[in-house]
Amino acid sequence: MAREIGDAGAAKSSTTTTKKQHKKRKGKESKTRTVHSNILYDHAKGEDNPNRHYANNKIKTTKYTLLSFIPKNLFEQFHRFANVYFVFIALLNFVPVVNAFQPELALAPVVFILSVTAIKDLWEDYRRHRSDKEINHMDCLVYSRSERRYVEQYWKEIRVGDFIRLRCNEILPADVLLLSSSDPDRLCHIETATLDGETNLKQRQVVRSFIDLDTEFDPLKYNSVIECEKPNNDLNRFRGYITHRNGRRDGLYKDNLLLRGCTIRNTEEAVGIVIYAGHETKAMLNNNGPRYKRSKLERQMNVDVFWCVIILLVMCLFSAIGHGLWMYQYGDKRPVFDVLSPEGTDLSPVVSAIYLFLTMIIVFQVLIPISLFVSIEIVKICQVFFIHQDMELYDEETDSHLQCRALNITEDLGQMQYIFSDKTGTLTENKMVFRRCTVAGVEYSHDANARRIAMYQEMDSEEEECLSHGGTLPRRESLCSQHSGKVVLRSQSTKSHRRTGSRAEAKRASILSKHTAFSSPMEKDVTPDPQLLDKVNDCGSQMEFMRFHSQLLNQIPPDLCDVFDFFIALTICNTVVVSSPNQPRQKVRRFELKSPVKTIEDFIKRFTPSRLTSGSNSSSSSSLATNRSSSQRVCSSMLSSPSAESTLTKLDEERLPAQCLQQAFSPVPPNYDQDKASAPAECELRYEAESPDEAALVYAARAYKCSLVGRLPDQVTVELPHLGKLTFELLHTLGFDSTRKRMSVVVRHPLTEQITVYTKGADSVIMDLIRPPTRDDSKGKRQRKVLYKTQNYLNLYAADGLRTLCIAKKVLSKEEYAGWLRRHLEAEAAIQGREELLFESALRLETDLHLLGATGIEDRLQDGVPETIAALRRAGLQIWVLTGDKQETAINIAYACKLLDPEEEIITLNADSQEACAVLLDESLHYIQAKFFCSSSADPHAARAFQQDYTAVHFPAPPACSPASSGAASTFLVHRLGLVIDGRTLAYALDKSLEDKFLAVARSCRSVLCCRSTPLQKSMVVKLVRNKLKVMTLAIGDGANDVSMIQVADVGVGISGQEGMQAVMASDFALPRFQYLQKLLLVHGHWCYSRLANMILYFFYKNAMFVALIFWYQFYCGFSGSAMIDQWYLIFFNLMFSAFPQLITGTLDKDVSAETLQELPQLYMSGQNSEEYKPYMFWMNMIDAFYQSLVCFFIPYFAYADSDVDLFTWGTPITTLALFTILLHLGIETKTWTWMNWASIAFSIALFFTVALCYNSSCPTCYSPSNPYWTIQRLLGDPLFYLLCIVTPIAALLPRYFYRICQGSLFPSPMLVGRQLDKLPLEIRRHYLNQSKMKLGSVGAVHPPRPQLFPFCRPFFKDCSSRIRHTHSSSSTTTKQKDKAGQSNPVHSKSMEMKDTPVRSKNPENPTARARKGSGSRAGKQGSGSPCSETVDSRGQTTGSDGLTESHTLPYPKDSPHAGEISHPAGPDASLSPEQSSPERSWLTSTPLLPQTESVQLISPPSGGPPGVTYTKNQEVLDCSNQSLLLQKGGVDPAHLPDCPKEHSPPPSRVNHL
Amino acid sequence: MGKVQVGTGPFARRPDNSAFKQQRLPAWSPSLTPYTVLPVFYLLAVVCVLLGVWLFITVENTHELKVDYTEEGTCIRCFELRKDPIQARNSCDCVVNFNIPKTFPGDVFFYYGLVNFHQNLRRYMDSRDEDQLVGRKKSLKSPSSYCEPFAHDEHGEPIAPCGAIANSMFNDSFTLTYHPPDGAEVPVPLYRRGITWYTDKNVKFRNPPTNTTLQLAFQGTAQPLFWQQPVYELDPADPSNNGFINDDLIVWMREAAFPNFKKLYGILIRAETPFSEGLPAGNYSVNIIYNFPVQYFQGRKEVVLSTVSWFGGQNHFLPIAYLVTGGLIFIAAIVLTVVYVKVGRDGKNMEE
Repeated sequence: MAREIGDAGAAKSSTTTTKKQHKKRKGKESKTRTVHSNILYDHAKGEDNPNRHYANNKIKTTKYTLLSFIPKNLFEQFHRFANVYFVFIALLNFVPVVNAFQPELALAPVVFILSVTAIKDLWEDYRRHRSDKEINHMDCLVYSRSERRYVEQYWKEIRVGDFIRLRCNEILPADVLLLSSSDPDRLCHIETATLDGETNLKQRQVVRSFIDLDTEFDPLKYNSVIECEKPNNDLNRFRGYITHRNGRRDGLYKDNLLLRGCTIRNTEEAVGIVIYAGHETKAMLNNNGPRYKRSKLERQMNVDVFWCVIILLVMCLFSAIGHGLWMYQYGDKRPVFDVLSPEGTDLSPVVSAIYLFLTMIIVFQVLIPISLFVSIEIVKICQVFFIHQDMELYDEETDSHLQCRALNITEDLGQMQYIFSDKTGTLTENKMVFRRCTVAGVEYSHDANARRIAMYQEMDSEEEECLSHGGTLPRRESLCSQHSGKVVLRSQSTKSHRRTGSRAEAKRASILSKHTAFSSPMEKDVTPDPQLLDKVNDCGSQMEFMRFHSQLLNQIPPDLCDVFDFFIALTICNTVVVSSPNQPRQKVRRFELKSPVKTIEDFIKRFTPSRLTSGSNSSSSSSLATNRSSSQRVCSSMLSSPSAESTLTKLDEERLPAQCLQQAFSPVPPNYDQDKASAPAECELRYEAESPDEAALVYAARAYKCSLVGRLPDQVTVELPHLGKLTFELLHTLGFDSTRKRMSVVVRHPLTEQITVYTKGADSVIMDLIRPPTRDDSKGKRQRKVLYKTQNYLNLYAADGLRTLCIAKKVLSKEEYAGWLRRHLEAEAAIQGREELLFESALRLETDLHLLGATGIEDRLQDGVPETIAALRRAGLQIWVLTGDKQETAINIAYACKLLDPEEEIITLNADSQEACAVLLDESLHYIQAKFFCSSSADPHAARAFQQDYTAVHFPAPPACSPASSGAASTFLVHRLGLVIDGRTLAYALDKSLEDKFLAVARSCRSVLCCRSTPLQKSMVVKLVRNKLKVMTLAIGDGANDVSMIQVADVGVGISGQEGMQAVMASDFALPRFQYLQKLLLVHGHWCYSRLANMILYFFYKNAMFVALIFWYQFYCGFSGSAMIDQWYLIFFNLMFSAFPQLITGTLDKDVSAETLQELPQLYMSGQNSEEYKPYMFWMNMIDAFYQSLVCFFIPYFAYADSDVDLFTWGTPITTLALFTILLHLGIETKTWTWMNWASIAFSIALFFTVALCYNSSCPTCYSPSNPYWTIQRLLGDPLFYLLCIVTPIAALLPRYFYRICQGSLFPSPMLVGRQLDKLPLEIRRHYLNQSKMKLGSVGAVHPPRPQLFPFCRPFFKDCSSRIRHTHSSSSTTTKQKDKAGQSNPVHSKSMEMKDTPVRSKNPENPTARARKGSGSRAGKQGSGSPCSETVDSRGQTTGSDGLTESHTLPYPKDSPHAGEISHPAGPDASLSPEQSSPERSWLTSTPLLPQTESVQLISPPSGGPPGVTYTKNQEVLDCSNQSLLLQKGGVDPAHLPDCPKEHSPPPSRVNHL
Repeated sequence: MGKVQVGTGPFARRPDNSAFKQQRLPAWSPSLTPYTVLPVFYLLAVVCVLLGVWLFITVENTHELKVDYTEEGTCIRCFELRKDPIQARNSCDCVVNFNIPKTFPGDVFFYYGLVNFHQNLRRYMDSRDEDQLVGRKKSLKSPSSYCEPFAHDEHGEPIAPCGAIANSMFNDSFTLTYHPPDGAEVPVPLYRRGITWYTDKNVKFRNPPTNTTLQLAFQGTAQPLFWQQPVYELDPADPSNNGFINDDLIVWMREAAFPNFKKLYGILIRAETPFSEGLPAGNYSVNIIYNFPVQYFQGRKEVVLSTVSWFGGQNHFLPIAYLVTGGLIFIAAIVLTVVYVKVGRDGKNMEE
C-alpha cells in the first residue's frame, strides 16, 4: 500500500476512486498505519489528507459531556447495588396497596444520595477537564505550510503528519519519528522519567535515511511515506519502514521514535514527524485509570450490611405474620377500623400479610443505611483532605506533599500488617556519595569528606529552623561560609558547585531547573583526602617530568602508579555522558572520532608500529567537530547500527584512516589547553550516568583533578593534574551485567601505549580474579599485603554500610590482545549463543587482574529511616525488603536501617536448583522449630516473672504475634531471626510446591530481605503473602520496577522521589519520603481506621435503634405498618437530623493524640487486630440499639398510656427522644470535643426543631396522609414532653456509659491508656513515655507483639556472657556439646555486651528506668542462674586460644566475624586501625552496628553436587545453651532438645561478606 | 503526564499551618475517671430521685375514675341489640350508676374510652381527606383516593366526610347525673365545646364556604355509611357546632396512638354550687345513648372521669421511671465507688 501511494506525486494525483478504495482497504486491513507529510496537503481541503482518519492530539480524559452527564452518571451509579435497592424501595412506594409514605417523599433520600454522588463525579470530571485543557493548550513549534516556517501551535492542534521542532528541555507532545537532530551524531537524548521512571538519558537516533543530510532538514522537501504499526501500548516496540520517493525503503525501530511525555535533553533541536497523536500515543495507551479498591473495613461492613438485610427481612416477616394472625383473630366479621381494599373487597389475612411484608420493607428501609455509603464517602474525602494538609507530610525540598490517589482506602492504612519495601530510593536517597577509598592497601579515610557530609545534614536541620522562623537567604549564606571555612583544602573545581549551602536548596534549584539527574552538591563535591591528593599531584608531576624527558614511565614507584591508575580507572571505567548544564552536548565536543575496534583489519591498522610513534596526547578544539566530513559521521553512526552493515563499515574504514589519524595524532604540546581547562566553563561539566554510583565515582575522581571531560564512542578524554588532557582510545567496553557483577573497559593508554584493561566491580568477584602473587620476593609480599589490607578495609566499609567496589587493572600485551580480540570478534559475529559467547569472552579478559584499590560509596539512608522502621516494627508491622540490589549491599543497608539486628540470627538462603531450595527450606524450618520450640514454651514463665516487675504503664501484650495467624498457622511465632534470600532462590521458593514452606520460614522471621529480585518476583511475593496469610499488605517503592508490587498490594505507596512518576502513578498514596510512612500509618492510618470503624458501628446502631422504635409500635397497631414517627422525620432523620455530628466525629475525632500515637507505635496494633470493629461489636451494638429503643419506646408509651394522646403527639416526643439519645450516644463515643462537635450537635438539634416547627405550622393539608399540624408547638408547651426528654436518654444510655466507665478504669485497652496519657501534663507524660519507651522500646526491638521475649534479650545475654568470660579461665568439665563449641568465638558475647551499654545509657538521667532495668535483669538471673553456668562451662572449655588471640589482635573489634578467614591475624594492620577509624566513626551517622554475630548460612553447593546444607554458625553455642536452660526451666522433655551440633558441619563453607 | 505544575513560589504547595487543617483544634476530651464520673453519677441520682418523688406526690393528688359500661347495668341490653346488624339503626338507651368516693377537686374531665379499637392502623389512619375537611369544594365533591372505599356511597355520591375514620365515628352520647345524698338528682353540666385543639377547630377543620345554610353547602354529598345523620346535623342543639367543625368529629378525627384510648367528651362546668369545687363525692349515673358496636373486635367502652396535674392525667409511670432511673444511677455509682476503692489502684496509677 505504501509503495503504491508512496510517491507523493502519485498520492496527489490519485483520483477519488482510489481514495475510496484506499479507505475501504483501510477498514479491512488496518494492520498498519500510513503516515504522509501534512505539508503536501492543503489544510483547507482536509479530505485529501490521508492522515485525516487518525486521532488528533487533543486529549480528553473526561467521562461525561454536558448532555451525557445525567444518563451516563445514573447508569454508573446504578451499578452500585445499594442504589438499585433504594430506588426499588422508592418505586415500591408508588404502588398503592403497599405504599407507606407519600410517594414523592420516599424518593427524596434516593434522589439526595444520587445527586450528592453526581455532584462529586461532576466535580472530578471538571478537574479532569481543566487539566486536559491545560495540557491541550501547551505550545509547540509546528511547521506551517503557508508560512514556510515553524510556528507556535497548541498541542491539541497537532495532527499526525505534522512536522514539529523540539528544543532542549521541551516535553514531547506526541509520538514523533525523529528526522533530524542538531546533534552531530544525529542523536537525540531524551529523558523518559514520566514513562518508565528511569532518569538516565536515552539516545534516540534519526531515521537512517536522514542521517547524512548535511543541511538543515527541510520539511518541504520531505516526501516519503511512513508505514508503521497500529497504535499500541508497548513502550519498547516500534516497527515500520519509511519509503522514499526513489523507492528506497528503510526500517524504523523504536530507537527512532520519541514518545509523548518524554523530555528532550542535551539536544538543541530536533525535528520529527508526528506518527501517533493524542489518545493513540503510547503514553496515553499506557495510562490506565485508577483501580477501585475496596478496603478491608468496607468488606467487613458489607458483611454487616448483609446482616442488616437479614434483620430487616426477619422483622418484616415477623410483622407480616403478626398482621396475618391479627387479621385472622377477627374472623369473618371485620371491625370498623379494618379498612377494606380500595375496591371494597375483603382482603384475606394471607394476602394482606404479603402486602404488609412489602410495606414493612418500605417502613423499615432506614435499617439499611442508605446514607451510610454517602457518609463514608464524605468522611473519606475529608480524611484525604486532612492527610493532604498535614504539614509533617510536606517535603520542602521537593515542594510536594503526600498525595492520596485512591480516595477509598484511607482506613486500610490503619490495618496494615506487612510492609514490602523497595530499597534503593525508598529507604535510601538513591544519592551515591563517595565516602572513602583505599588505594594500594593504604586507606584514605577522607575525614574532611565525612565531615562535609555530616555538615550537610547539620545544615539541613539548621536551615529548616531558619525557614520555620522565617529565616532568609542571607543568613543561610553566612552559615555556609562559616562551615566551609572549617573544611580544609577544597579544590577549586568543586567550589563553584557549592553555590548553595544546603542540600535542600540545591535540590530545590535542581528541581526547578529540571536539568540534572544526579547532581546535588553533596554528591558532586567530594573533599579530597589531603594525603591522597598529595600523592596524585606527586604522581602527576613525576609523570609529566618523565614524559618530557622521555623516560620510561615504569620508573615511578608502584604505589604512585597504582594511585594514578586508580583514578584513571575511576574516570574512564564507566558509561558516564558528559554534558554542559545549559547547553546541549554539541558544545562540549569533540576531539576525535573512531569506532572501537570492530575487525581484525582494524586492529592491525591501528596497531601498526608507525602509529605508535605519533604523539599520544591528542586534543583539539571544538571547532573540529563542525568541519568534519560526513563520512566520519557515518563511521560514528555505525556504532549503533545493526551489524548487518558491517561490510559497509569496513569499506568506510578503509577509506578513513589517513584522515582520521591525522587529526587524532596531531602532536600538541601537553600543556596546550591548560588554561582552558581551568576556565570556569570547564567546571560546569555535568555527568549523567546510568547509575548514580558511577557518577559518584567520577565526581570523586574530579575532586582529585582527574576529570572526565569528554566521552565518545571510541575515546575518553581525561584531564589530569600536570598532564593536561589525555585521550584514551577506547577499544572495548564490556558493560556491567549482574552475573559478572563488573564492567571493564579496554583502552590504549596514551602514555605507555599499553593496552590496558580497567575493571570495576563487586568486591566479591574482583577479589577472586586478582592474580595471586606468585613470587616470594618483596614485590609479591607487597602484593599479598595489599590484598590482605584491602580485604580488611572492604570488610570495614561493608560494616559501615557502604557500597564497595574494587578497582583493578590488567595490562595486555599486543599479542594477548590480538588473541583475545580474535575470539571476541568471533563471538560478536556468532549467530547462535552470541550472548553466552560474549560473556565467556569477557570472562577470558577479566582474569589475573592487578588490584588497584577499592572505594566505599554511601547510598545514604533517607532521613529517619531507621527510626521509622523501628517505629513501624514496634507497631507490629512485619517489614520485608525486596530489592533488586545485590545481597551484600542489601544486607548492609538492612543493618544500617536497623531492619536487621546485629543480635539476631540470619538465615541466608542461596540455592541454585529447585531441589536444593526445597532442602534448604526444610532445613531452616527444622532449625527454627528446633531452636525456638523450647523458648516459646518457656515464655510464659519468663513473662510472668517479667510482669511482676512491670508496673508502670502496662500495655497488655496482644495474644498472638500476627492477628491473621489462625488455625495451624498460629503455631508460627515471629522469632528473632532474619531471612535473606536471593532472587534465584526466591524463584524456586515461589514455586507452588515450595511456597508454603517458604512462607512458613519467612513468617517466623522478624525481617525478610529478598535481594536481586525482579519486579515480577516482587509482586509474586506480595501476592503470595497477601493471599496465603490473609494479611493486609502495603508495598512501597519508588521506581518502575516496583509498580507491579505496588499494584498487587492492598495499599500501594509510591515515593515521589528521583525515579520519576511511574510508581506514583500506580500507587494509592504517594509520599515524598519514606519516613513519612510512619505518620501516615501510625497516625493517619490509625485515625482513619478508628474514625471510620466507629462511625460505621455508630451508623448501624443508629439505624437499628431508630427502626426498632417503629417495630415495637407494630405490636400496638395490629402490625399494620403504621408509624408513630411522622414520615418526614422518618425519612430525614438519617439524612439530616442526625447526619452532621457523626460526620464531624467521623472526620475529626482523635482517640489518641498524634504525638502519643507516634511515641507508642504499639497502639497501631489495635487497627491490625481490627479491635475497633470486630464482628461481635456489630451485634453488641445491635443489642444496645434494641435496648435503647425499648427504653425510648416504652417510657413514652407508659407515660402516655391510657391518655387521650393522638398518634403524632405521642410520636413526636419519641422522635425527639431518639434524636437526643442518638446524639448523646455519639457524645459518649466521641473522644475529643472540638467546637465543631458542639456546633454540629447544636446544629442538629436546632435543625430538628426548626424543621419540625416549620413543618408543623406550614400547611394543614399538604402532607397527607399524616397531618401533624401544630403538634410540636403544643408539645413544647407540655411539661410532660420535657420530663420525658430528661429521663429517657439517661435511662437509655446508662448501661453503655457504665460500661465505658468500667472499661476505662478497670480494664483499659491500650487505646484508653494512650488517651489517658494524652491528658496528663506534658512533663509527666514525657516521663511516662520515656519509661514505657525504655521498657516497651526494648521489648519492641525484639518484637512488639511478644514482650514475653524481653527477659531473654538483654539481661539474659549479659548475664551469660559475663559467666562465659569467667569460665574461660577455669575451663572445666566436658559435655557432649564440646565438639562444635570450638567454633564459637568469645568476641561475640563481648561485643554484644558492648552494644548493650549504649542502649542502656540512653536514659541515664532516669533513675527509675535504670532501677527497673536492674531488677529486670535480676529476674532473668534468678530464673536462669545455675543452668547458665553449666552450659557455659561446656563451651568455655573448648573455646581455644585462637579465639582469645583473635579477639585481641583484630584491628576492628567490630569486625570479628570476618577475622577468621584472613590468614594473617596479627601483623601490619594492627598499627593502623585505632587512630584512623575510631575518631571517624563519630562522624558517621548511619553506621550500622556490627554485622551479625550469629549467622546461619545455608548454601547449596554449586550445581552438580548433591544438595547439601552447610551451616555457618558463629554463635549457636549460646543459643544452645539458651535452649538447654529453658528446657530445664520449663520442664520440657530433653528429647525435644534440638541437637544443634549435628546440624552443621564444622568448617564454614563460605564466609559471609557482610 | 505532561501536566505543568503551576506554583507561585518554592513553597507553593505547603499546607496551611492552621489548627483546623493540622487537626490541632483545641479539644476537650472527657475522661472517664472516678473523680470526674462519680460526682456526676451521684448528682444525677439525687436529681432523678428528687424529681421522681415530687412527681409522685403530684400524681397522688390527681383522681381518676373509669366506668366500663359495655355490658354494665342496663347497657347489657343495648350490647346484645348492637350484635344484630339489622337493629343497628334502632336507638337504645341505658344507664350506668357509679360512685365517686372522694371529691374530684378542680377541673374534671369527662372522657369516653375505647378498648381494643385500633385507630392507629395504617390504612385506617390514611383513610381521610384533609382537603375535604378544610372545606375545599373540589374535594368535597371528589374525595381523595385515600378515602377509598369510603369515598363514594353505592349511588356514587361523594361521602362527606369521607374515609374510614369519619365513617367509624364514635356515636354514643352521655348525660352525667349527680345523685346527692339529699335526694334531688342534679345533671352535671359539661362543656361540650372547646374540647378540641384550637388549631384543629380553626385551621384544620373548616366548613365549606357558604352564604346560605350548611345543608346547601353539603348538597350533593352523602353521609358516611354508618352515620345516622348527615354531617351538618351532628349537633342538633348548637347549629354552629355542625358540619366539619363539630367538636366531637374533630376529637374523633385525631387518631389515638394506642388501641386502648380515651377521648375527651366534655369538661365540668364549675359555675354552679355543687360543682364549683369540682366533682363532689357521691353517687352518679351516666345516661348513655348506646349506638357504637364494639363486639366485633372484642372491644370495651368506658367512661372516664379525671382530674389532671400540671403534667397530665393520673399516671404513676413517669414518677416511677424517675425513681427507678435515679435508683439505678445510684447503684451504678456505688458499684463504681466500691470498684475504685477495691481495685482502683491501676486506674489511679494512670492519674499520677
